[in-house]
Amino acid sequence: MAQASRGIAASSGVVIRGLRPRGTIWQQVGSFARRKPLGAFGAVVALMLIVVAIFAPFIATKDPAETNAALVYAPPGSELLLGGDQVGRDVFSRLVYGARVSLYVGLLSAFIGATIGMVVGVTSVHFGGKTDLILQRIIDTMIAFPALILAIAIMAALGASLNNVVIALSIAFMPSTARVLRSQALTVKEMDYILAARVIGAGHGRIIFRHMIPNCLALYIVLVTVFLGTAIVAEATLSFLGIGVPPDVPSWGGMLNGAAQRYVHLAPWLGVFPGLAIAIVVFAWNLLGDALRDVLDPRLRGT
Amino acid sequence: MQAYIAKRFLLFIPTLLLATLVVFILLRLIPGDPALVKLVGETGESHFTQAQLDAMRAKLGTDRPLYVQYGDWVWGMLRLDFGVSLFFEEAVSRDLAAKVPITLELTVLALLIATIIAVPLGLLSAIKQDTPADYVARIITITGVALPNFWVGILIVYFLVLLFGWMPPLGYANVWEEPATNLQQLIFPALALGFYNMAFTARVTRSSMLEVYREDYVRTARAKGLAERVVILRHALKNALLPMVTVSGYEFGRLLAGTVVIENIFMVPGMGKLLIDSVLHRDYTTVQAVVVVTTVSVLMLNLVLDVLYGWLNPRIRFT
Repeated sequence: MAQASRGIAASSGVVIRGLRPRGTIWQQVGSFARRKPLGAFGAVVALMLIVVAIFAPFIATKDPAETNAALVYAPPGSELLLGGDQVGRDVFSRLVYGARVSLYVGLLSAFIGATIGMVVGVTSVHFGGKTDLILQRIIDTMIAFPALILAIAIMAALGASLNNVVIALSIAFMPSTARVLRSQALTVKEMDYILAARVIGAGHGRIIFRHMIPNCLALYIVLVTVFLGTAIVAEATLSFLGIGVPPDVPSWGGMLNGAAQRYVHLAPWLGVFPGLAIAIVVFAWNLLGDALRDVLDPRLRGT
Repeated sequence: MQAYIAKRFLLFIPTLLLATLVVFILLRLIPGDPALVKLVGETGESHFTQAQLDAMRAKLGTDRPLYVQYGDWVWGMLRLDFGVSLFFEEAVSRDLAAKVPITLELTVLALLIATIIAVPLGLLSAIKQDTPADYVARIITITGVALPNFWVGILIVYFLVLLFGWMPPLGYANVWEEPATNLQQLIFPALALGFYNMAFTARVTRSSMLEVYREDYVRTARAKGLAERVVILRHALKNALLPMVTVSGYEFGRLLAGTVVIENIFMVPGMGKLLIDSVLHRDYTTVQAVVVVTTVSVLMLNLVLDVLYGWLNPRIRFT
């Protein structure tokens, strides 16, 4: 994930070709799958995550909050598909509902963080001069904070809740998007169509939102995909540490907290399944991100 | 070179000040009133008088204007005074002095393990490109960057407990007094911490090695009849590791962030554990101090690396 964004950063000065339609959407999907089988696999897993999250109540076999004294540490495969936890809740159903938290936090924070970052980066380039200098110093400073530490500090200030995780992660993602998209915007700014827009008297807002941002969108889409995977891990990490999503909300990270660590010898499945879910989803999402990057910007291949 | 170093230093100071300002704003403005938190924390319920609140504000110094508080805080940190912990009620600097070396040791150990494995692995992967050895190395590294570090930590604990019925002794023994116990305690956390780093470093080594391999000077080295080993180690690898210098600043930051997770799994009493404990106790003074210390060390390391990079790679100095 990190090296992906760094790879993009390293290729400043590359002009990204826009999303040109080629054939129908199904033909495009087909050609994507043929050219990027790993990416297609990633897309399938990502799609499955979305389906599971949306239809969680129909897929889950039990109420994720329902406790049952008889099923405390019930082994997988018996009455409960993936076993029971320290208060007899169904691990499988909690995993299914946990997908909602992962997807919600992942989508929202990647989207919000990358969008604000893009607007800041592009605006900074458009106005240039002192604005650019000041904004860049701020961005540089924010990047110096290790993202997780910054997110923890924000969570400390805001308190543990689902939406606060989204806010914290959005802020943590913002600076690196701003920096990556700034380098992209620098090349866009030199294009003749920006000059033309300026000549016909287009205002700042029009140039930024109608001319510059649309030409940075390919990179933006790649970044959102990359961040989504990172955000899922980050949310799981925060919840695992007990400062993310509140413990009563089923989340993959939260499921690994507490009993999963203390009762390793009694119930290894408590730690194995949620971790496996995170690893598979993030792995798939990274494959998808890599493939998208290759397709949207062939020149970044191999970075 | 002097001009280059001077320029780096001049850019460093405003960044440092801005970083402290960001932390200050984050933790002093958003949570509202530390005095309120403290009063509520002590009684469990919010039964207190306005006079008590005012007294607490005066005691914590939060009744002063914000810029005075900020100036006071920064001035204090310059003298290594990080204020008094809101929860433990003792100097934060004392806590930090005890925990920083532990985290530092863990981080350095992780970096050491990661590098010792990663560079040969990346090298092998590049030299034997598209052979089974390369595929195995790539599978290891791809898995390495995909697995979240806390799961790696938990799996290591599982593995040790289930297979050997043995847990690494929790806690921390001083490295100078009981080096064997210390290593026993830190080797597994360091392994979990360095796992991502190992995979990442191996990937970077591989790709930059593949790039360097096609350079003219490597061909020249071969053409003048140098042994392959000399070509690889002295000409190719030396240049291929150059990008690692810049990347390692970020990697150090990532490792420091990783210690938060790993220290909490393995109960290592370092800064990461301190950070989470103080977040859970709403101890903002300590949170502030840990975040600032972490960020400033990342910034300082980046400064050193920038200078080092300029020295190693003369091309950069003149741009």
